[in-house]
Amino acid sequence: MATTKNEIDFLLHLADNALIIGHRNSEWCGHGPILEQDIAITNIALDYIGQARNLYQHAAELINQHTDKIELTQTGKDISLPVTEDSLAYLRDVVEFKNLLITEIPNGDWAQTSLRLFLLSQFQLELFTQLLKHEDPQVAAIAEKSIKEISYHVKWSQDWVLRLGDGTEESKRRMQNAIDAIWAFTGELFIQPEYATAACLNYAAIQTAWNQKVSAIFEEAGLVIPAKTFVQKGGATGMHTEHLGYILAEMQYLQRAYPNSEW
Amino acid sequence: MVNSATTQHAEIWQILETVMDPEVPVLSVVDLGVIRAVAVEGKQVKVTITPTYTGCPAMDMIAMQIKMALMAAGYEPIIKTILSPAWTTDWMTEKGKQQLQAYGIAPPVGKSIDAAYLEDLVVPCPQCQSTHTVLVSQFGSTACKALFKCEECKEPFDYFKCH
Ligand SMILES: [Zn+2]
Repeated sequence: MATTKNEIDFLLHLADNALIIGHRNSEWCGHGPILEQDIAITNIALDYIGQARNLYQHAAELINQHTDKIELTQTGKDISLPVTEDSLAYLRDVVEFKNLLITEIPNGDWAQTSLRLFLLSQFQLELFTQLLKHEDPQVAAIAEKSIKEISYHVKWSQDWVLRLGDGTEESKRRMQNAIDAIWAFTGELFIQPEYATAACLNYAAIQTAWNQKVSAIFEEAGLVIPAKTFVQKGGATGMHTEHLGYILAEMQYLQRAYPNSEW
Repeated sequence: MVNSATTQHAEIWQILETVMDPEVPVLSVVDLGVIRAVAVEGKQVKVTITPTYTGCPAMDMIAMQIKMALMAAGYEPIIKTILSPAWTTDWMTEKGKQQLQAYGIAPPVGKSIDAAYLEDLVVPCPQCQSTHTVLVSQFGSTACKALFKCEECKEPFDYFKCH
């Protein structure tokens, strides 16, 4: 049963990553620098919400099949059985969210937003490629579907890192500032969570591939990786920055104020 | 009773042909390539569909419309969504591609394997057929489209990306 519990936690971890980064990107809706890029970032947000739905749906399925064996939440106040994709997204509290910290930090400027997406989607591409071999065929299927979309996110965000990094003095300064601001959050990507026990996972290999690809783009853009920095971590185990609470407050307000409302 | 399983099957596919993609109303769900299987047992019909894009808001609506269309014909439909194999524009029918073109959306060029090279593609303008076109954005008005511009007639147009 430990395996199932681990798989559920891992699914929630992936789903929370997708939901929170989707939410952050959606904050650009109506605020993008030009119309085409506003549409692009909003579409990317939508892809992530879609991924989150698939992952929450599968997690809910597993939770409902194993209700006798699995402790539902740490606070456990609001969610009732059977759980749904909606209750998992809208009724869990900060300490129950398992998203990586890099997904919840504020958008900053366009450089920081596109850089964060580049660092994260490059990681997700490697991770989901490993998940194609997951023993649960539904996890493999979600990975297969997600990879098609993440490949677009990598391409889009990488173009921005190059364009700003190798652009004007001002754009370069902004992209380098973004790297300096975000870099401390990248170490957490490669800390294998305790519940990430699937045999197909190899975080060391993810890190190697990620380092290689990120360094190559930074070099091409004339950007510098900061010298040793402190690694910010804890998101995957429910220890979050102060920012997540505000995101959840905005996202969950309606469901909590008007339970089960639909629109 | 002449209503054999085979004719029932044919009837169901005919009904599905009348269910249109809400975002691209000239394209039926059959031509879009999202119907993966149809299984009939008496009045019960199981239709297996696969989403185009995971976040596509049209998918819930498509599932609902398939259900309504089959119920209107006296069936008891069950819609099952599968993710693998992942939907690809390669499953779009030739008829579907022509209908897209006529509607003003450039149909996917080549096979899904080319998806990574969007800016290298030659996408003819659906308005004037000129091949003198450029990519404006990898993302268009919906998840499935990219935005192009025609240098000849100066019109922007949607391109249904290979996926
Ligand atoms: Zn033209």
